[in-house]
Amino acid sequence: MSEMLTKEPVRTGEQSIGGLFLAVLKRDLLLSYRRRSDLVNPLIFFLMVATLFPLGVSPEPDFLAQVAPGVVWVAALLATLLSMDSVFRSDYEDGTLEQTLLSPQPLFVVVLGKITAHWMLTGLPLAVLAPLLGVMLFLPEGGMGGLMLSLLLGTPTLSLVGAIGAALTVGLRKGGVLISLLVLPLYIPVLIFGTSAVQAAVTGLPLDGYIALLGAMLALGIGLAPLAVGAALRISVSG
Amino acid sequence: MEICGNNTFLHSDGCCTGREFVYNEPLNYCVGHAALKYRNKPGFRLGVGVLSEPLLTVERLFCERDDRILFDNLSFDVKQGEVVQIEGQNGSGKTTLLRILSGLSRNFEGGIYWKGEPISDVAEDFRLSLLYFGHQPGVKAILTPEENLNWYAAMHPSSIDQSRIYDALEQVGLKGYEDVPCHMLSAGQNRRVSLARLYLSDAQLWILDEPFTAIDKRGVAEKEALIARHAENGGSVILTTHHELNMGDRVRRINLDKLAGTS
Repeated sequence: MSEMLTKEPVRTGEQSIGGLFLAVLKRDLLLSYRRRSDLVNPLIFFLMVATLFPLGVSPEPDFLAQVAPGVVWVAALLATLLSMDSVFRSDYEDGTLEQTLLSPQPLFVVVLGKITAHWMLTGLPLAVLAPLLGVMLFLPEGGMGGLMLSLLLGTPTLSLVGAIGAALTVGLRKGGVLISLLVLPLYIPVLIFGTSAVQAAVTGLPLDGYIALLGAMLALGIGLAPLAVGAALRISVSG
Repeated sequence: MEICGNNTFLHSDGCCTGREFVYNEPLNYCVGHAALKYRNKPGFRLGVGVLSEPLLTVERLFCERDDRILFDNLSFDVKQGEVVQIEGQNGSGKTTLLRILSGLSRNFEGGIYWKGEPISDVAEDFRLSLLYFGHQPGVKAILTPEENLNWYAAMHPSSIDQSRIYDALEQVGLKGYEDVPCHMLSAGQNRRVSLARLYLSDAQLWILDEPFTAIDKRGVAEKEALIARHAENGGSVILTTHHELNMGDRVRRINLDKLAGTS
């Protein structure tokens, strides 16, 4: 008995913050790998918009080249938004989220790991796929670099901001619509600077300013969004 | 006079925050205000320890849900080595109480103290010492039992290694199922995956919400023995169950039906 009585909880140093981040990332990637059908959903949506848009509006190359930055960016934004609802949903339903909140590990790191996994499975493939859509929409070659760069910097911000909405609505039965309402206004600056960057690249203007702004938003998101997500998750689980 | 012998500790005036106690050889102790009173008297010696200190103290807890008062003015404390069973009919607020005690729910008024400190001030310390077993087992259906426990180990920085995980799975009767996805297992086996955490955990306080649901008779007996062993080692357990516990007078019962006064 005496051994337990004097025992204070000890935190062994084996597990570093980086190790925890990697463990979360690995688990979420594994979970998505086991449910591959969910994975392709946003990508198919992304491709469909780009395919159907010329059919519905006009197949004129000049016209398409003009609207291409906007169409690709809007499609990427909506594809991300569609996938947001599932970030915390299954964890909430099977009780893993409760266990996560009760664990002594820093929630900031866990949340950041989950969001990174989400981005790697939505934003990253979208950015990689974007040049293909650019070609389909006759985007001038000069704009490709700008398109990929702006998406690589912009989509993580979309995931970070979207996660706040997902965390706030995870306790609700039908959170899907509410996420859009909560998150869409916050997506607009990213959309504006993202498309502007592509347009600047197409016309040959310097895009440093836009990229810097997208980078600043991303830095702000990484620093603050996980805190907001953590607080929102505690509220959602408490209710 | 607040003195009692034989390893029991008395705090008749409800003062139980003191880390100090005085003792009168060989085995008479007094704690709390009495300790302050007697500390300088001849024949009494001052000692320092945590023996008299309850792990968890609940003070005047009030919780209301949908305009119905679940409990009001609920006060109790949980000491080391104690098993506390929360009783009550369905809907009497057992799960709500356990969620409040574990820190999941903040929908309450009153004070909850961990080793004398408000729980919000020592959140990390408290979470290091807590094992919570909730209504949902916290088992991912598309992961295998081993992967599920690996995740638990990653979230709880302690000395859990692979061999302990295999050992725990064997203890709950899931040897040979390590690599089978949990959705292929039965409901009872899924609960067992979650209960394997009891064998892994170094936590001092266990909060268990209906741990025996969907577990067979032998499994229940084993878990009961495990709970008794945990209490013997100085740990504490708060649990709800509709099952009759065979642990004799070690179990203290708190009935929520009588407290609510609404049923």
